[in-house]
Formats: sequence, C-alpha cells, structure tokens
Amino acid sequence: MNGKYLEIDQVNMVFDTKKGPFCALQGIKLEIRAGEFVSLIGHSGCGKSTLLNIVAGLLRPSAGNILLAEREIRGPGPDRGVVFQNHSLLPWLTCFENVYLAAERVFASTEDSARMRERTAKALDMVHLDHAMHKYPHEISGGMKQRVGIARALSMEPKILLLDEPFGALDALTRAHLQDELMRIVAPGANSAGSTVLMVTHDVDEAVLLSDRVVMMTNGPAATIGEIIEIDLPRPRQRLALASTLRYMALRSALLEFLYHKQMREAA
Amino acid sequence: MSAIPAPFMQSLKSALVAPPPVHQPARLKPAMNESQVADEPPLYVRAKAPEWLPRLIAPLIGFGLFLAFWEALSKAGGQLPSPLSTWHSAMDVFSNPFYKKGPNDQGIGWNVLTSLGRVGIGFGAAAAVGIPLGFMIGRFRFLSDMAAPIISILKPVSPLAWLPIGLMVFKAANPAAIYVIFVCSLWPMIVNTAVGVRQIPQDYLNVARVLNLSEWKVFTRILFPAVLPYMITGVRLSVGVAWLVIVAAEMLTGGVGIGFWVWDEWNNLNVQHIIIAIFTVGIVGLALEQFMMLLARRFSYDDGRQS
Repeated sequence: MNGKYLEIDQVNMVFDTKKGPFCALQGIKLEIRAGEFVSLIGHSGCGKSTLLNIVAGLLRPSAGNILLAEREIRGPGPDRGVVFQNHSLLPWLTCFENVYLAAERVFASTEDSARMRERTAKALDMVHLDHAMHKYPHEISGGMKQRVGIARALSMEPKILLLDEPFGALDALTRAHLQDELMRIVAPGANSAGSTVLMVTHDVDEAVLLSDRVVMMTNGPAATIGEIIEIDLPRPRQRLALASTLRYMALRSALLEFLYHKQMREAA
Repeated sequence: MSAIPAPFMQSLKSALVAPPPVHQPARLKPAMNESQVADEPPLYVRAKAPEWLPRLIAPLIGFGLFLAFWEALSKAGGQLPSPLSTWHSAMDVFSNPFYKKGPNDQGIGWNVLTSLGRVGIGFGAAAAVGIPLGFMIGRFRFLSDMAAPIISILKPVSPLAWLPIGLMVFKAANPAAIYVIFVCSLWPMIVNTAVGVRQIPQDYLNVARVLNLSEWKVFTRILFPAVLPYMITGVRLSVGVAWLVIVAAEMLTGGVGIGFWVWDEWNNLNVQHIIIAIFTVGIVGLALEQFMMLLARRFSYDDGRQS
C-alpha cells in the first residue's frame, strides 16, 4: 500500500444556521496510511464528529474532497464501517439479525445465505458475543450493545473503520475492557494486514493507548488540525505496563498540554 | 332520604370505608410481594388485606353505586325502566340473538354483526388508503406541506356531515354508512402513521444510510417496524371513532344494525331495549379497544430505544 489510503484534502464545512453561515471546519488536511489507527481528539463542539461524518458520507463537505483507496467519497457506503456512540442497533432485530443486515448488504450479490450467516457468526465471535447472538438489544448490557455495533461494522469487511466515540457512553471498566478487545481486533494478524481506523474520542488515555497517531483539533468555529502526535509506543501494548513508562506519560502530558493549555476553553 | 333504598346506603358506606385503590401499573403482579415474604420469615407482619382485594372491590362498588343510582332514578318517576326489568328484558333479547323475521326485525346478534361488518369494511378501506398515505406524508416534506392544510380542515368535521354526500354518490344507505366510517377512520390513521415516520430516531436512519440499504430494505427493516407502534395507535383510535360513529350513522340510514335497532326501539317506545343496546355497544367497544391494546403490546419493543 502507498502512503495515503485515506486522503482528506482541504475540507471545509459550513453549516447554514438561522444566524447565518457557521464555519465548523476549515482547511482540514489529513492523510492516513493503510493499517494505521488515527484518533481525532478535541474539546466537544470542535467538529471532530462532523469530520468523521463527512468521511462516513453522512455529510457533504462544503469544499475539498476525500479519497478512500484512490476513490472519491461521494456519499455513505458499506466500504466504511461506522460505529456510533449510541450503538444504534435496531431494537426489533436480534443481535445476529442486526449484524446480518450489514453482512447481507455487502455480500448478498456474491455469496449464499449460509456463507453470510457464517460471516455474521464470525463477526460476533470476534467480539466474544457468540453466546448472546439471538438476544434482542434491550436484553443485553451497554457494553455488549457496543460490541454488536463493532461486529456489525466488521462483518462488512470495510476498508476503514470509523468510530465515533465508541466507548463514550460506557463505564470506565467496561470501556477499558472494550479498548483491549478493539486493540486485539484491529491488530495485524496472521492473515490480515490490520484494520485502518479513524476514531473520534475525548479521552486522552484512550487516544494514546490505541492510536498510531493522534490528531488534535483546535476549538471551533473554523476548527482545524492543531497538532499531530506520533504515538511511537511499541505494540502489542499492555495497559498496565504502559501506564508507568516515561514515554507514555510524556505523550499523555503532551496531549493534555494541548487540550488544557493551548486550547483551553472558557467554562462551557 | 327515605326514597333511597337501603342497599344504596350500604354500598355508599362501604365505599367510604374502603381503602383507596392502589395505584400501580396493571402489569405489576401484586402476588410477587407475597411470594417473597413467604421465602423469608419477615421481621414483623402487619395485619393487612391482600393488595388485590381493593382492586377487585372498587369496581364492584362502582357498579353497585351505578345500579343504585339507576334504581333511584327509575323509582323517582318518569319512564326509565328499573335495572331488574331491564335485566329480564336483556335475558329475553339474548336468549335468541340470531332470529330473522324480515328485513327490519332481526335478533340483536345480527344487528351487532352487521354493524361490525360495516365498521370492518369502512375501516379496512381506510387502513388500506390511510397507512400508505401516512407513510408518504411522513417521509416527504413536500407531500406533508401539501396535505397538512386539507387534513387540518377536514379532520374536525363530524363524520356524519359526510353522510349526505355519501347518499348522493352511492344512492344507497349501506354504502353511505360504510363511507362515513371510511372517512372518520382515515384521519387518525394518516396522522398517526405520518407522525410515526417523522419520529423515527435519526440513529436508525443513519444506520440505513451508512449501510446504504436499498429502499425496500429500509422500508421492511427500519421504517415499518419503527412506525408499527404508531400505526397501531392510529388503528386503535380509528376503530374507537368508527364504533362511535356507526351507531349515529345507522340511526340515519336505517336497515339492519345496532344503531338502527336503537332507533327502531325508540319508535316502539321500548326503553329497556334501548338501554340493552347502549350496554351492548359499550361492551363491544371495550372488547375492540382491549383487542387493539393486546395487539399494541405484542408489537411494542419497550425500552429498546433508550440506553
């Protein structure tokens, strides 16, 4: 693969509001390599979710364009697996059916239903939910719902995973557990190159632990990329072992410095 | 005071003494508490009637008061028949509900079934038209803006006002009555379905968009299940209105039907039969409502939207 798998080029986003045009994003330029895990971090309201939604195709940028694997993004599509913060499972479908809906969308034209059911089961197995696959979303916990959301995105074998604060609504212990699982899932394996991931987060530890690079965004309006930090910690990473290393602490404080010093926000 | 019979005073007394009804959702089984108590010996037991007792007694007292009031009214003079004579008359009417002695003299069973049949046809036609229309109005802003003023103007019109037009168009009483039912059932169905479509959480639509699902999949997997509870509410309201309207419509159109039966018995000055008809209409309406509630519960995915 070449150096740029996802290419965000000079993207602007202007919303029309009652008080006139509101410039949310200004001149965003970012390139992501295949297999890279990139986090977007910034204060709430800085437009990081807007940027993710543009990549997902849910929003059209006012200017600039985005290339994924050398093809322009013109709308939503199953080549990007999106995991929403609030899981967004359909409550009238079981976990299995929720995932199957996605698998079917991508593979129905080339595979029979037995093969797609196998894919669905495999995706649920990957997030350790094979035991609960025939339950309905309201019968399982918040963490499990988010796992189903991840399985749904994985089942499509997308070119890139887009995670919008995937663990934001979970308690700290569940969040840590799911972060570890996510690291395992997206890591390069014996027969895969590792997933390309773009994740929005406001959790500094999460960003440092999971990412290869952290993109820090300035405060809006007209938010743009402030700094990019390379997280050069060796993989596989162990949460506990890392927490006490000097490099981890240095990276962490660099992020905190940016967020709470350079981009301090008046109490919102 | 002496005119008020003793049973009335008794039931009044017991109503005043009876504990207030316990307000709790009907689904909560009161028996649960007791089984828990039975498992572990409690620290102390307060002497207390079981919780279901007031819930059972309260409606009985209500009926008792109602009957006593009725009895008192009939004793006070006028032509109102007493509850007992009405009961005997009802036994007589219901002993042979399905007789036919010519087009205008049929058993109460036939009358109720004929009315239900009219409601069924008119209501079914309204569902067939109103639900798809509601979907379209809910989905497309332009259609909604187009239809909103017309619906707003026509919705508050009494369904009976449509009857002359029905008679003019169909030139017969029966289709005109069905058509009135159709008109009055239509609005709740359209409005509720449209509201349901508009209330679909953006999250679900986003799922549809990021997966880039086909329109058919969006409809069957997301729109339809999401709107179903609203649709059933619309259906429930429609059936309620239709059952209200059919009595009045049949009074005007004649033929066979519970509404016409009421009018016929009024011409015969058979007040007992009118009262029987009132209760019959009420009980059938209640049964329809309960059936729709059951349906609604079957298709609700409670708390699935949250958390």
